[in-house]
Amino acid sequence: MTSPIDIEGSGTSAAADDAPDRVKAVETKSHEGRSPGQLMWLRFKRDRTGVVSACVVILYFLVSALAPLIAKLYGKDPYTLYAQEPEYPFLLDDFAMPTGSFGGMSGDFWFGVEPKLGRDVFTMLLYGMRTSLYMAVVVTLLCVVTGVIIGMVSGFFGGRVDYWLGRITDFFLAFPQQLFFIAFMPVVTAMFVSPQDETPTYLRAVAITLVMWFLGWMGLARLVRSSVLTLREREFVEAAKVSGASPWRIVRKEILPNIVTPILVQATYILPSTILSIAFLSYIGVGFVEPTPDWGRMFAIGADVYEQDPMFMFFPGVALVVFVLSFNLLGDSVRDAFDPKTGR
Amino acid sequence: MLQFLVRRLIGAVVIMFLIGAFTFFLFYTIPQDFAELSCGKNCSPENIAVIRENLGLDKPITAQFWEFMTGIVAGRDFAQGHCSAPCLGMSFDSGEFVWDSIMDRFPLTLSLTVGGLVIFLILGLGSGLLAAWKRGTAADKLVSGASIVLSSFQIYFLGPIVLGILVYQSGIMENPSYKPFTENPVTWAIGLLIPWLVMATIFTAQYTRMSRSTMIEQLQEEHVRTARAKGMKQRYVFFRYAWRGSLIPIVTILGMDLSALLSGAVVTEFTFDLAGIGRLAVDSSLTKDLPVTMGVMLFGAFFILLLNILVDLAYAYIDPRVRLS
Repeated sequence: MTSPIDIEGSGTSAAADDAPDRVKAVETKSHEGRSPGQLMWLRFKRDRTGVVSACVVILYFLVSALAPLIAKLYGKDPYTLYAQEPEYPFLLDDFAMPTGSFGGMSGDFWFGVEPKLGRDVFTMLLYGMRTSLYMAVVVTLLCVVTGVIIGMVSGFFGGRVDYWLGRITDFFLAFPQQLFFIAFMPVVTAMFVSPQDETPTYLRAVAITLVMWFLGWMGLARLVRSSVLTLREREFVEAAKVSGASPWRIVRKEILPNIVTPILVQATYILPSTILSIAFLSYIGVGFVEPTPDWGRMFAIGADVYEQDPMFMFFPGVALVVFVLSFNLLGDSVRDAFDPKTGR
Repeated sequence: MLQFLVRRLIGAVVIMFLIGAFTFFLFYTIPQDFAELSCGKNCSPENIAVIRENLGLDKPITAQFWEFMTGIVAGRDFAQGHCSAPCLGMSFDSGEFVWDSIMDRFPLTLSLTVGGLVIFLILGLGSGLLAAWKRGTAADKLVSGASIVLSSFQIYFLGPIVLGILVYQSGIMENPSYKPFTENPVTWAIGLLIPWLVMATIFTAQYTRMSRSTMIEQLQEEHVRTARAKGMKQRYVFFRYAWRGSLIPIVTILGMDLSALLSGAVVTEFTFDLAGIGRLAVDSSLTKDLPVTMGVMLFGAFFILLLNILVDLAYAYIDPRVRLS
């Protein structure tokens, strides 16, 4: 990435004419003084990929947040079996596949119709994204908070505390992650409802969140610990200590601001991977179940009917690819903006 | 070296024991009678009592746990017969020995994991090297761009697309299936080619990016520049000096990815309808078949720990500074 000086130094032909002005400009600018946050923002704004992917990510969040409104304007919901409604008599053919080309896409059903049941794909996707995004945000927040606390404690106190927290982290890292998710989803659900009863959707969501949280914080804890370890020995922390700052103040004012960057960058990697894990669980059948609209389950349905109706999977798939792609690009851009030294 | 291996193995055993304990006791927090599971539809209270005794469910939890753990080392006796040494218990649901059902399924998962690993390492490192070698050219941009896009694909999305093109529409390939390696390596490879490629595509991208960026970093190192300045051949410098250094961070990442690799194999199983230990895990956890779930968890953990030790050995081989003991 380019630093501000590089940009001002570019355009050598022009530099000859207004060299004195430019020096003056640099001087006045340096007097202004910019916080690291402002510098980062400036760098980020110049990175076109980053800005575009940020817009895409924001769009996804907006669409998910406004899903009920959009569905209302659009006039459909993800639960109704439209094939059985008298208004749409020819939605599915004799083989229960959507009539019409491209999976039954039409003015009424923008993204087509689900084979067999005849639900609306567009609203299914909207609501599916909504569930996944909300849950991923919650899981990411929980993981970040847990990871930061554990990493901070072990880095800051060191000694025996550090040793044992380190062993616990190692232990959780040794779990085969997805197998753990698979094995414990029913267990965690069964903690709340007896296995004979129907599990309400929100409890499934809670169970998924808990399971993901449980195995999601270790990477961040390690990262925070190692950063705190190096920061703890730095002069400004020593100075704060000597001048009598309390440990809490040192953590809050001296150390935390310095590790915000890696935490944020890490969080941009945790979030999409959480979404993928949730989708994975629903895909293999231990996450959300019918009739909750869910991103991952759309792939399971799509895989089932792929031979007859490949279009069903198209929109959920493309939406997921675009989302993950823009999130990854955004993460890279944020990292570059924070730390211009790591060039791509 | 030997000392290192022994120490790592002891560590692995401790971790497996803890994972086992964790899984076991968490499962017992479910308010459910496991004896009912193996009893079937029409169950009388007497039947349940008999089954409970047969499965050892009438003993205290700690005793059951101890039996399970000693069974792994020494084997166990059930009413249905003797279960020899690595005994992971008996399924509540089907009455099969867990070790046997895992051994039935594992060759497939192992084939998927190892095959995928080999393919994505070759493709990933190869294309990364190429991109670093031709840095800034069209080839570099193509490889880097494609790797970013491909890394955002998912196995369960890419799988059906590839199936659709290669199997359903053109009929070039047959539906993926598992034929044992020992019978015929060629049919084995052909049957699993599509799953391997799909799985490798997802992982390749990350390694392409990694190997490209570490390679570029390495090429700017001073010892590489010195080697060039001495007039060494470009190719020699590239492979002997820079590549070796660039492998270290890649092996580190690989070590962290092993568990993701196993879960990739699980998704691949589901995508291509193959019966490996992933499906075993899902089926057993849905029926809350504790011994099978325990067995699969422990086996998966063991597999990952083993691969981790192998990665550490590779580490020592690549970087002589790493002294293992």
